[in-house]
Formats: sequence, C-alpha cells, structure tokens
Amino acid sequence: MSKNLKNIRVNILKYTYKAKSSHIGSCLSIVEILYALYFKILKKKDRFILSKGHAALALYCVLFEKKFISLKTLKTFGLNKTQLMCHVSHKVNGVEFSTGSLGHGLPVAVGKALKFKINKQKNRVFVLLSDGEINEGTTWESLLFASHHRLDNLTVILDYNKIQSMDYVKNVINIEPLGDKFKSFGCDVFQADGHNIFELISADAKRTKNKPKIIIANTVKGKGVSFMENNNLWHYKNPNLEELKISLKEINKNYA
Amino acid sequence: MRKLFVKQLVKLNRSKKIYLIINDLGFNVIEPFKKKYPDRFFNAGVSEQNMMGMAAGIASENCKVFVYSIANFSTYRCAEQIRNDVDYHKLPVTIVSVGSGVGYGNLGYSHHALQDYSLMRSFPNMLILSPGNNNELISLLDFINKKPQPSYLRLDKNEHKEIKFKKIISSPGKIIKLIDGNKKKIILITGCVQELAKEIRTKKYKNYSLYSMPLWGMGCKVKVKNIIKKFDEIITIEDHFYDGGFGSWLNECINDKNIKTIIRSKYINRSVINDVGSADYLLKNYGPS
Repeated sequence: MSKNLKNIRVNILKYTYKAKSSHIGSCLSIVEILYALYFKILKKKDRFILSKGHAALALYCVLFEKKFISLKTLKTFGLNKTQLMCHVSHKVNGVEFSTGSLGHGLPVAVGKALKFKINKQKNRVFVLLSDGEINEGTTWESLLFASHHRLDNLTVILDYNKIQSMDYVKNVINIEPLGDKFKSFGCDVFQADGHNIFELISADAKRTKNKPKIIIANTVKGKGVSFMENNNLWHYKNPNLEELKISLKEINKNYA
Repeated sequence: MRKLFVKQLVKLNRSKKIYLIINDLGFNVIEPFKKKYPDRFFNAGVSEQNMMGMAAGIASENCKVFVYSIANFSTYRCAEQIRNDVDYHKLPVTIVSVGSGVGYGNLGYSHHALQDYSLMRSFPNMLILSPGNNNELISLLDFINKKPQPSYLRLDKNEHKEIKFKKIISSPGKIIKLIDGNKKKIILITGCVQELAKEIRTKKYKNYSLYSMPLWGMGCKVKVKNIIKKFDEIITIEDHFYDGGFGSWLNECINDKNIKTIIRSKYINRSVINDVGSADYLLKNYGPS
C-alpha cells in the first residue's frame, strides 16, 4: 500500500513538472481517497466520477498503478496529441466521465444512480467533489433530487481540504456547518480523515438506507510536500527543477 | 405538436429504454407517457442544470433520454451541461423544446425561442430536429429513435391538424420538397413556418419551389453545400433571429468562392423584444414577410 501511495505522489510531481500543468495541491489532496476507492472499495460494476476534474493527474496515476493505462501513456500527460488531458477525460481507459467545469459530476452521478435504482441493479455510484464545488447551485439541486428519490446507492465524497482556488474556503464563502447542511438535505453524513485509508473504508462500510451518503474527507491540500501543504500557490504553480527535487526527496522519505 | 410528440414517444418506448424528464412543466401534455411508463418518467423540479446533467448520466448507462421543456429553460439555462455532459460525450439525449419563435406570445421575452438555434448549432455533435408539420415530426422521432445521439427537437406550441402519415426519409441536411416550382429558385425553410412560407410565396415568390430542411447541424455543412450549390437563389424563412439562425447557417455552408448561389433570409426582427402581444401579433409585426 505505502509503495503505491508513494508512486502515485512521485508520478503526480514528475508529470506536473513535465507538462508544466497546474493543480498539484488538488492532486496531492486526494491520493488516499482514490487509492481507497480503486484498491479497496469499488467493485467491477460500480461507477466513479471525479467531479473535481482538475485533479485529473491523480486519477491517471492511480489508473497507472491499477494497470488501466501504461507508463508510455502516463508519460504523455498534458503533451500535444495526448489522451491525458489536464482535466479528466473519458477517452482514457478507466475514466467514467469527463469533467473540468465544477458542479457537473454530481448531477451525472445522480442520473446513473437513479437508473440503477429503478432497474434494481446493485451497482453503486461514487462521486468525488472539491470543497469549492459546494458553492455550485447544482450540488444542492442534485442532493435535493437524490434524497427525494432515496438514492442510497449514491456516495458523495467531499475532498475537504478547506482551500479553494483563490483563498481559504472560510474566507471566500462560509460553508459551515457543512455536515448539518447535508443532513438537512436528507443525506447521511460521515466524517473521515481523508489521508487514512482505514477510516475511509470504515466510513464507506457504514451502510445507509433510503438516503444518499456523504463522506466528508478531511484532507490537506498539497499533502506530503511541506512547502506545498495548505498553500494555494500550488493550485496554480508547477514546480521548477529544484522544487521537484526537494519534493521528491520529501516524498521518498515520508512514504518509504 | 406537443401532444403528437408524447403520443409518438409512448409508441416508441416498447423497449422501455426511453426516459422522459421534465422540469416541472408539461401539464396536460406529458400524462400519457407518465401513465404508461411511470418508472421511466421523472420530474426534476425547477432545476434545469441538474436535470440536464442527470439526463447525461442516465443516457451514459445505455438509455435514451428526452428532456422536455419550454425552449429557453432546456437550452440557455443549462447550456454548459449540454455542451460538456451531453454533446462532448456524444450521449443520446434529445432536448425537446416547446414554443418555437414567439409561440408563447404575451408571456414575453423570457419564454421566446429566438436564439435557440444559435446556441444549439454551436455544439459540434448536436443535431437539430425542427419539424414543420406532423409528418416531419413523426419521421424525425423515428430517425432519432433509430440513431440516438445529442439532438435538439424544436416543437411548435400549437397543435397541427392530423394528416395522413406519409413517411419521409430524412437524413441530416436533406431537403424535402413541399411545393414544386422553379428548379433554380427556391424557398427553404426549417421549423414551424410552413403556412407563413406559403403566404410569402404567394405574395412575392410565386413560381419558387418550396422546400424544408428539418434535420441539420454543424456536422452536415459539407453535404448541404453540395446540395444547395445547384440553386441560383434561395430564400430562407425562419422564426428566429438572423444572427446564429438557419439563414446565417446556410450562408456559412456556402462559404466558398466557387459557389454563386445567392441566399436571402427572412427572419424575426430583433425589435420584437421591445413589444408585447400575442404570437400572431408579434409574428405579423416582426416576423418574416
């Protein structure tokens, strides 16, 4: 497990550097969540949508660890003619849906969950949202619909790193008390340390009946690299060679 | 056309693969489908963006989805969901709009469909289905049921007289002859302006042939260029603004220095937004003439 988690972080750093792309902090924030999903939780017929599509590279690196995509393909991330667009693309093997504009993943997931539920199919649907997406009207429209139709086959995971694009969430638009908001929209709400695989699995194991499930995964933006953690500069910036070397050294040490 | 649309949809859904979603409208129209297929019908409430995203989600699981609304709600209100979720993923969602042009009359500008072609034809995979009569509507529904894809079905608010069904073989960009006449000079329409076009023809273009093109979009421009280049003059008529409309689309199709065809367009004048009145009044004063 720790080898996978280390590899995913190393590849995120390396290929963000190579493609000169953004959103490295957002990628590092969801490594354990994606690992828990792809290695422990998702079954063959389940669906997963990465609604925070800007963290595409994290998903591509997990798909590489799961052998959905080759190293040759991963190396093309963000380059001309690549399949690996910097916002997640359904043209990549193993990716369910393209996103990029926030607030799109949840409505699509609700559509899938509705289809499965009314056809009595056992498939579960998972969707990973960023905390910035809580600002989107569609998030709340979808939750109203999902709870009205008792979509207990839907699990929403919130990557709650508390920093959105420009600033801390609390400074942009206060979204607390978040758990109460979700509960009042008819959802069952669970909290987990978003960097603890066992807590994530345990939160998933708590079954709900007739209600959509929300897992608020408390995370750290830029997790694993000291100078990237909790710094929204790394929502935008890509590392230079020296920064890459330092960050790789830290990852190799922390995730040995 | 609304009731015929629902009647046909009920007929087409024997496989139960068709879902109908509304945004809390369609009273006294959608009931036959809801009654026959209660588990294939959903009211998304007044939430068009969620409705369109959900439609994409259902469609992505091997289903055909029809989203029914008044034109502005199912287009502009959820434009990005159509662009990213439906069109980019090439999903079989048919966006059905009622009240083409100024069909909703004195309900005013918010309910008029004057720019809907403009938006919908800007999506690369989107097919526009704009029937001008019941025959065309039935044929287009048959087409989209057999070839499900991102599509926009634009319906007249008024019911048309039932006519004996005559199957039309329709394909994107194909023109259908309604009245025979001059071989080189034609009137070409799309959508629910057939009666208006007949009037205009009688007054100004007596010998011109009258054709309709009920099925078109970005993907068939080259085909259309080759069809229409044989004509000397084409008069287009539509219940939409010129900008982004059918006439301007046709002009884009013949953007080639070797094509001599002249296109003149008749459309709804933009000053219509400053007035209020019935559909007939608005069309008479601001519509194509």
